[in-house]
Amino acid sequence: MDDFLAARSQMALSLGFHIIYACIGMVMPFFMAIAHYKWFRTNNIVYRNITRAWSKGVAIFFATGAVSGTVLSFELGLLWPGFMKHAGPIFGMPFSLEGTAFFIEAIALGFFLYGWDKLNKWFHWFTGIVVGVSGLASGILVVSANAWMNSPAGFDYVNGEYINIDPIQAMFNDAWFSQALHMTLAAFAATGFAVAGVHALMILRKKNEVFHTKAFRIAIVFGAIAALLQPVSGDISAKDVTQRQPAKLAAMEALYKTEKAAPLIIGGIPDEETQTVNYKIELPGMLSFLAHGDFTHEVTGLDRIPKENHPPVAITHFAFQIMVGIGSFLVLLALLYFISLKKRSWYDRKWFLKLFVMAIPLGFIAVEAGWVVTEVGRQPWIIYNVMRTADAVTPMPGIAYSFYMFTAIYLSLTAVVIFLLRRQIQMVPVLYDRNDSTNPPAH
Amino acid sequence: MEYVVIAYLFLSILLYVVLGGADFGAGIIELFTSARNKNRTRDTLYRAIGPIWEANHMWLIITIVILFVAYPLIYAEMSVYLHIPLLVMLFGIIARGTAFVFRHYDAVKDDMQHLYNRIYFASSFITPLFLGIIAGSVISGHIDHAATSFADVYIFSWLNWFSIGVGLFVVALCGFLASVYLIGETDNPEDRRRFINKARHMNIAAVASGVYVFITAWIDGIPLVNWIFGTTIGLIAVIAASISLVVLWILIYSGNAIIIRMLAGFQVTMILLALGYAHFPDFIVITNGTNLTLMDHRATMQTINALGWALLIGTIFIIPALFYLYYKFKHKEYPHE
Ligand code: HDD
Ligand code: HEM
Ligand code: HEM
Repeated sequence: MDDFLAARSQMALSLGFHIIYACIGMVMPFFMAIAHYKWFRTNNIVYRNITRAWSKGVAIFFATGAVSGTVLSFELGLLWPGFMKHAGPIFGMPFSLEGTAFFIEAIALGFFLYGWDKLNKWFHWFTGIVVGVSGLASGILVVSANAWMNSPAGFDYVNGEYINIDPIQAMFNDAWFSQALHMTLAAFAATGFAVAGVHALMILRKKNEVFHTKAFRIAIVFGAIAALLQPVSGDISAKDVTQRQPAKLAAMEALYKTEKAAPLIIGGIPDEETQTVNYKIELPGMLSFLAHGDFTHEVTGLDRIPKENHPPVAITHFAFQIMVGIGSFLVLLALLYFISLKKRSWYDRKWFLKLFVMAIPLGFIAVEAGWVVTEVGRQPWIIYNVMRTADAVTPMPGIAYSFYMFTAIYLSLTAVVIFLLRRQIQMVPVLYDRNDSTNPPAH
Repeated sequence: MEYVVIAYLFLSILLYVVLGGADFGAGIIELFTSARNKNRTRDTLYRAIGPIWEANHMWLIITIVILFVAYPLIYAEMSVYLHIPLLVMLFGIIARGTAFVFRHYDAVKDDMQHLYNRIYFASSFITPLFLGIIAGSVISGHIDHAATSFADVYIFSWLNWFSIGVGLFVVALCGFLASVYLIGETDNPEDRRRFINKARHMNIAAVASGVYVFITAWIDGIPLVNWIFGTTIGLIAVIAASISLVVLWILIYSGNAIIIRMLAGFQVTMILLALGYAHFPDFIVITNGTNLTLMDHRATMQTINALGWALLIGTIFIIPALFYLYYKFKHKEYPHE
C-alpha cells in the first residue's frame, strides 16, 4: 500500500470510528434525560432502571469516543503536517471553543455517572442535560471546521501565502450551517433507530417487555422525527454543494456531461473509461430541479472540470445512493411508527418489530456513507481549490504499518465494545427484574 | 494576548503532568502492588480517579489545540520528527482509557478482568514513558534538518539515552504523585502505610532517574545544569522544590492530605518552572541551532487574539465546575458505595 493511500485510509478509518461514538455521545444523554425525567414524574422504577442501564452503555462509549477523539487531534498533524502548518491558525477557532465544550462535557459526565444518590436529584438530572448540550455543541463546532475545508473562508491566498487571516469568519463559512444541521439530525436519526432497534429485538425475544417497550418508545420518537427532517436538510445541503462544489455534485450524481434538464440517476454503475453510467434508472429533469429548483436549469457535469480535479466518481456516487436510499427507508419507518400510535395492535406484530430490528445498523451506515460523499467528493483537495491533499501528507515513509496497527486496534476495540454491550443487555433481567427499590447500585 | 496564550500553554502542560500524571501513577502503583493487596488498592484507586480521569485527560487536548492553533510550525515539526513516539503514546492513551473503563463496566466479572488489568498496567507505564521521551527530545537538540536516512530523521531524533532518562523520570514522578495523592484517599492505617512506602520508593526512583538524566545530559553536551542552576529563577525554584520535599516527608505521617498533595504538586510545578523559564522562548531545539521559538513561530495576531479570548472565556465556565467536581468527589463524605 503506498504511503499516501495509507495516510488517507488511516484518516478515514479513525474518523469513521470516532463518528459512531461521537453520535452516541451527543444523543444518548437526551434519551437518558427523558427517562430520568419520567422517573421523577411517574415514580415508576422502570424508568430509573432504563436511565441507569443506558448510562452504563454511555460510559463505555464515552471512553472510546474520548480516546479516539484524542487520537484524531494528533493525527491531523501526524498525517497532514503540510495542511496543519497553514490551516491550524485559520480553522482553529472551532477547535479552541470545542476544548471548552469537551471539558464541560467531561466534568458533567463525572457528575452524572458518579452522582447517583449523592447530588440533589434535579442537579443530577441537569448534569445529564449538560452532557448532551455540550456534546452537541462540540459536534457542531468540529463540523464547522470540516465545512471550512469544503468552503474555505476567512483568509486570502496570495502567491502561496495565507494572509489576512480572520478565524471568526473562517468558522462561519458558507457551508457550516447546512452541514451542522444535517449532521445533528443524522446523529439523532442514527442513534435513535439503533437504540430503538435493540430494544425491539428484546421485545421480540420476550425479555423484560415492560422495560424494553418503554425504552423503545423514548428512542424511536427522537429517531423518527429526525428521520423525517433529514431529506429536507439534505436538500438544503445538495443545493449548497451545487453552488460551492460543482465537481462534488457531479460525482455524487455521476453526471459526466453538462446538461440542461439533467436527469436524476438512481442506482447504476459509473464507467470511467466510457464516461457513462450503466444499469441506471433516470428521472428526467429531476436533478435540475433538486439542484436549482427548476426542471430545465443547466447542471455542471464533470466535462466542465479539468480531469486532474475530478474526485473518484464511483465511490462518491455509490455512497450517495446508499445514504439517500437509507434515508428514504427511515422516512418510511418513521411514518409507520406514527401510524402505529393509532393502530396500537401493531406493537404485538412480529413484522412491525422486525422492521425496526433491521434498521439497527442502517442509520450509522448512512452516516458513514454521507461522510464518504463529503470527504471523498472533495478530493483531490484537502482545502477546496486551495491545497491538494497530496501536498499535505507527511513525508514519513511506512505509514502503511501504522494504518495496519490502527485497523487492528479499532477492530479489537469494536469487538470488545460489542461484547461488553451484549453482557450489559444480558444482565438486564438479573439487575433489573426485581422491580423494587433494592436494586444493586449502578456502579 | 501572546503571553496569555503562552501562559495557558504552560499551564495546560503542567496540569496534565500533575493531574494526568497522578492518574498514570495510579496504574503504575497498582502494577507494583503485591497480589494480596491489589484488590484493595484498586478499590481506593477507582473511587479516587473514576469520576475525574476524563477531566484530567482534557489538559492534553487543550495543550494540543493550543499548539496547532497558535504554533502550527512547532506542531507540524513535532508531528514529523517525533511521529513514532507520538504514535506509541497514542496507543498507550487508547489502551489505558478503554481498559480502565472496560474493567469497571464489564457486567460480568470473570477472566476478562485479567486482560483489562494487564493492558491497563502496561499502558499506564508506557504512556508517561513516551511523554517524557517526547519532552526530552524536544529540548535535547537531536532533531536534525540535515538528516536524510530514515533512522536519522525518524528514530534518532528521539531515541537517545537522555530522552529515555527523562521518560523514566516522568514515570517515577507519576508514581510519586499518585502515591502521595492516594494517601489522602484512605482511612485505613495499613493502607496509608503502604502508600507512604510506595511514595518513598517512587521518590527514590525519581531522584535516581534525575541523577541519570543529568549524567546523560552532560555526556550529550546538553546544558541542563546551566538551564536549571544558571538563572536566578531556576535556582530559586529548585531550592523551593527541595525544601518542600523535606517538609513533605516531615508532614507525611501527620496526615493532612491536602497539604502534602499541594506540596507534591508544588515540587512538580517548580521543576517545570525552572526548566521552562530557562528554556523560554525556545520550544524545539534543533541540531543546527535554528530553534523554533514561541515568539517567532506563532500564528498571526488575529488568531492569537481569538484563541486567547476563547481560552479566557472558557476558563470562566470551566474553573467553577471543575472545582466543584474535585470538591464533591474528593471529600470522603461517601467513603463507601
Ligand atoms: C442518518 C444519516 C443520514 C441520512 C438518512 C441522510 N444523510 Fe446526508 N449526510 C449525512 C447523513 C445522512 C452525514 C453523515 O451526516 C453528512 C456527511 C457530512 C455532513 O455534513 O453530513 C451527509 C452529507 C450529505 C451531503 C453532502 C454535504 C456536503 O458535502 O456539504 C448531501 C448533499 C446530503 N447529505 C444529502 C442527503 C439527502 C438528499 C438525503 C435524503 C434522504 C440524506 N442526505 C440522508
Ligand atoms: C478531525 C475531526 C475531529 C477531531 C480532531 C475530534 C476531536 C475530539 C476529541 C479530542 C475528543 C475527546 C473529548 C473528551 O475527552 O471528551 C472528541 C470527542 C468527541 N467528538 Fe470529536 N473530533 C473530530 C470529529 C468529530 C466529529 C465530526 C464530531 C461530530 C459530529 C465529533 C464529536 C465529538 C463528540 C460528541 C465527542 C465527545 C465524546 C463522546 O461523547 O463520546 N468529533 N473529539
Ligand atoms: C467524523 C466524521 C468524518 C468522517 C467519517 C470523515 C471521513 C473521511 C474520509 C473517508 C476521508 C478520506 C477521503 C479520501 O482521501 O478519499 C477523510 C479525509 C480527511 N478528513 Fe474527514 N471525515 C469526517 C470529519 C472530518 C472533520 C470534522 C475534519 C476536520 C476538521 C476532517 C478532516 C479530514 C482530513 C484532514 C482528511 C485528510 C485529507 C483528505 O483526504 O482530504 N474530517 N475524512
